[in-house]
Amino acid sequence: MLDKIGIAKRIAKEIKDGYYVNLGIGIPTLVANYIPQGMNVVLQSENGLLGMGPFPFEGEEDPDLINAGKQTITTVPGSSFFDSAMSFGMIRARKVDLTILGAMEVADNGDIANWKIPGKMVKGMGGAMDLVASAKNIIVAMQHVNKANESKLLTKCTLPLTGVKCVKKIVTELAVLDVTAQGFKLLERAPGISVEQIKNATEGKLIIEGEIPEMIID
Amino acid sequence: MNKTVKNAEEAIKDIKDNSTLMLGGFGLCGIPENSIAALVKKGVKGLTCISNNAGVDDFGIGLLLKTHQVKKMISSYVGENAEFERQLLSGELEVELIPQGTLATRCLAAGYGMPAIFTPAGVGTEVAIGKETRTFIVDGAEKEFLMEMAFDADFAIVKAWKGDTQGNLVFRETARNFNPMMAMAGKITIAEVEELVPAGELNPDHIHTPGIYVHRIFQGVNYEKRIEQRTVRVR
Repeated sequence: MLDKIGIAKRIAKEIKDGYYVNLGIGIPTLVANYIPQGMNVVLQSENGLLGMGPFPFEGEEDPDLINAGKQTITTVPGSSFFDSAMSFGMIRARKVDLTILGAMEVADNGDIANWKIPGKMVKGMGGAMDLVASAKNIIVAMQHVNKANESKLLTKCTLPLTGVKCVKKIVTELAVLDVTAQGFKLLERAPGISVEQIKNATEGKLIIEGEIPEMIID
Repeated sequence: MNKTVKNAEEAIKDIKDNSTLMLGGFGLCGIPENSIAALVKKGVKGLTCISNNAGVDDFGIGLLLKTHQVKKMISSYVGENAEFERQLLSGELEVELIPQGTLATRCLAAGYGMPAIFTPAGVGTEVAIGKETRTFIVDGAEKEFLMEMAFDADFAIVKAWKGDTQGNLVFRETARNFNPMMAMAGKITIAEVEELVPAGELNPDHIHTPGIYVHRIFQGVNYEKRIEQRTVRVR
């Protein structure tokens, strides 16, 4: 089974040289730490920055320089600042190659829910609805099951949707899956996890073809 | 054309109860601290506030929530404010949550003189309920879009890094965020700046918001610029 860092490391392998990438809050933010050295990747922060760098050294925090999670950050050489309309303009115009975000539920047709639990949590969608509606490629980082051991990979989302038919790939603590026209297609198992365990944890339609390899994580 | 006013109190003096205000900023970054404090002091009530976030309990728009001056919030993310959540669940506060890009672009539309925009954000979700949709061909495939209306705000209140007496504005780093498009969108736009300079001192090539959009400008005082999530790495 993967921990959060394992999920982030596995997702980092999906990033290709030359990509512009938007990372959501939570596990997706960790992905930045595992992008292979020497790879040219530009991180977009939707509050208005291309070329996001690591956290600042203590004492060098700048209140004017934050990421979409409101954390203090730095820039890398070649970065640029812009306003929120341009930021979502480049997202809407599909200039961003890859969006990585978290989810509460994903359905086997690619629907995603991650912004509201009626009666319990009202935080808002932030930029998530814009991102999922326009992204060329969306990878979701999430837990396969909730605390009550119920699947979060469903036939149909039960929570209010963030976007429809948009998720392309999911990485959980148990598996890597593609979202296809036929349903969730199992690609890889987490170390020590059996196909049977993944089957039991997946409520939505699961396609298993041939031997499913164990994922390789450095 | 001199747009200078003395201070925040003077800049906001004609904001009346039940006004619709745009307030710039993302989280606590680039918020008009002086004007918010003046609004609290003035005690105007029944405000509709268009702002990406609602501040935190004791700073930013949170200060206006605490004093029950806000009737309605139009925001994209409000997760950092416990008082906000309490007022929302108890029904004291009306809230409209909209996607962040939709919020930015509805401001932009107002400043560009366009009545509406089409966006795919929210299609198939509860955001789309009651809204007109249209299908366009994008990259050779049909795609559905929602029609979203330009905002209509009585006042826009923004924060810039530098400004000149003509109302030209320059923003700094990610404190730019919603400020430029809100500055364009208000019927009356109030800009507070960290440094106000005479006309001619800013390089015209470096202006982010031309002064035509700005009606009143003043140099703010005692900026706290509070950090919401202080994250650092070890040396």
